[in-house]
Amino acid sequence: MSTQLEPGAIPGRKTARKGGANKEVGQDRKEKTQGRAASLLVAPTLIVLAIVILYPVLNAVYMSFQQDEGLDPVTGSFVAGGFAGFANYIHWLFQQCETPTGPASCPPGTLGAQFWSATGVTFFFTVVTVFFETVLGFWMAVIMARAFRGRTVLRAAVLVPWAIPTAVTAKLWFFIFAFDGIANSVFQTDILWTGSQGPAQAAIIIADVWKTTPFMALLILAGLQMIPAEVYEAAKVDGASAWQRFRLITLPLVKPALMVAILFRTLDALRMYDLPAIMTNGANGTTTLSILVVQQIRVGFNAAAALSTITFLIIFIVAFIFVRFLGANAVESASGGAKGKMK
Amino acid sequence: MGTKISRMYMPLAVAATLAMALSACSGGTGGGTEGGGGGAASENLDARGPITYVQGKDNSEVIRPLVDKWNAAHPNETVTFKEQTDKADQQHDDLVQRFQAKNGDYDVASVDVVWTAEFAAKGWLQPLKDKMAIDTTGFLPATVEAATYKDTLYAAPQTSDGGILYYRKDLVATPPTTWEEMLAMCPIAKEKGIDCYAGQFAQYEGLTVNVAEAINTAGGTIVDKDGKATVDTAEAKAGMTNLVQAYKDGNIPKQAVTYQEEQGRISFEEGKLMFLRNWPYVYNLAKSEGSSTVKDTFGIAPLPGKDGPGASTLGGHSLAISVDSKYKATAKDFTAFMITEETQKFYATQGSLAPVMESLYTDAELVAKLPYLPVLLTSIQNAVPRPVTPFYPAVTLAIQQNSFAAISGTKSVDQAMTDMQAAIAAAGSK
Repeated sequence: MSTQLEPGAIPGRKTARKGGANKEVGQDRKEKTQGRAASLLVAPTLIVLAIVILYPVLNAVYMSFQQDEGLDPVTGSFVAGGFAGFANYIHWLFQQCETPTGPASCPPGTLGAQFWSATGVTFFFTVVTVFFETVLGFWMAVIMARAFRGRTVLRAAVLVPWAIPTAVTAKLWFFIFAFDGIANSVFQTDILWTGSQGPAQAAIIIADVWKTTPFMALLILAGLQMIPAEVYEAAKVDGASAWQRFRLITLPLVKPALMVAILFRTLDALRMYDLPAIMTNGANGTTTLSILVVQQIRVGFNAAAALSTITFLIIFIVAFIFVRFLGANAVESASGGAKGKMK
Repeated sequence: MGTKISRMYMPLAVAATLAMALSACSGGTGGGTEGGGGGAASENLDARGPITYVQGKDNSEVIRPLVDKWNAAHPNETVTFKEQTDKADQQHDDLVQRFQAKNGDYDVASVDVVWTAEFAAKGWLQPLKDKMAIDTTGFLPATVEAATYKDTLYAAPQTSDGGILYYRKDLVATPPTTWEEMLAMCPIAKEKGIDCYAGQFAQYEGLTVNVAEAINTAGGTIVDKDGKATVDTAEAKAGMTNLVQAYKDGNIPKQAVTYQEEQGRISFEEGKLMFLRNWPYVYNLAKSEGSSTVKDTFGIAPLPGKDGPGASTLGGHSLAISVDSKYKATAKDFTAFMITEETQKFYATQGSLAPVMESLYTDAELVAKLPYLPVLLTSIQNAVPRPVTPFYPAVTLAIQQNSFAAISGTKSVDQAMTDMQAAIAAAGSK
């Protein structure tokens, strides 16, 4: 880290890193030995990560190329399926099922028939919830960033939904959206919230936005507080309006933090499971990819492995697009922010 | 590594790490399994030693006293009791993982009636024949049938359960015996401004139970003896049509498509529902709960049928012995001990669990404590097990999704039954 102050920098505040330009005395000599010590220190972490992340992922990929066990019609026992090639992937991507009369498109009511609808539902939930969470989260963050009496109380209050475990949140909203629940009696309606498609999706979106907006607000708030107050003062002196200050100062300066927040929420939302699982059990057009995976695990492991591999690839592609195209800044902040986020 | 390369690969690496970390927890469970029982079914038949018994949460302290009693009498063959969660899905997944590992961790397990065929076909259960035979004389036939796969008994019936009809005796003097009779009484409910009939019609396992009852009552079946789908018959369609029509006419209230057991029970206890199909557990709650407004004004009857009692769906648990158990002689004796007449009485008095032995349903002492037993007996005597098929998880999904579409009106009955037939057939032909 640089100990040299750049002209105009505020004491105590870290200055931006400038690559390897400012070397300390003796740094070159130390580099080699430090490298060895560093890899030794990092090794345990890498080994643990390999065991808990790499192995399951690779094993899932291996399993996805195995056929699920089939029933021997004579003995009534299951027999191992053997190598499947891409059959499991074709099963999902083209919604092809084995039927008594040969391969055909999966009939409604099978899990195979739901892949694309589940993908659609997952992306629909992701786009809508992340949009609302970003807008509302930004708004909350701007309010929380101001200095006023009772700010700490407000911050604590805003954080409550995030602190509640998702399963509890889901049960809470399940009761609120019951037929004779609070939602219907407050609004004097008799909507079957969990009984038909539109309301069921709306109910889950509302619950998710309620729960995760505080997380968004918190990440954005952290970004807002990085912006020095002097910049705003200077802008005021120059006669910039509130809107100009927001658009030309706040937005560009908070963008890295905002992108990281959106990235995390998007990836998080793409694997949404608990809310729909508890509120609707996947009924009425709320089956997400994760719910489909879990339902498939009870039917056949290997097809489930193929499905989770596909889900993994989808999340990977989305993450890649974010990191690569939507902001190179997010890379550095993301690798820094990741440490604090992992649950 | 040069900065240029690292900058190029950085997005890729970050994306991969994020995707892995975030999706690893949804990855596959367990490894591949080998089918068939192999030689394990003929091993350790005479071995005795300490064993493990596993079942779902022992909420009413039924199992522990029994295990203590057994252990006091058999100091060299002690039983360790392992308690699972009280969620059926989690119990199922736990059993699958242990059985798949083939290490004999669980010697005796309590399995839900719908899992027996799946576990038996996977070769995880010890066939209860020859040396391992268990005496089931005097047991209700439906309970034995549900524990049988391909003509072999794979589990010993432990407790039973069946649907019964709760009705308001202050509104209808005699309970309806047929479905049509019941619907003919619905104007009485309408006059009082309450709902007529409800069961469990939300999209979950309870819907399979209710749809199976409707289909079986109308004389149809879901799968035949060989596990082939049979829901495109006229009888099965008639059964489904009964439910769909009643929902369309408002005799089943529109919010019933969100009802699981509890929502229906609460509505009934609040006096907002005239007829309710539910399990026997509701009886004691409706009698004693402070919030119940129907304490003295409700009665029970067998489910209404076509021209007599309806065909209830069978619930309950059976005891299965793992094929990989190291001490099968002990496991067998313990299983027999857990289903003696005396033990079954204890299940009933201590845990309100219905017995599987027919004679106990008329036992004066038990009937005094559980007044619903005679009605439940009729229900279980007419009960049909849910489809006995190793593909039960896929079959129940096929039933749930298509029947829900039919009831909520997004599909015609004909279309729903055609799809259900195809989906059940596809489940069994992997």
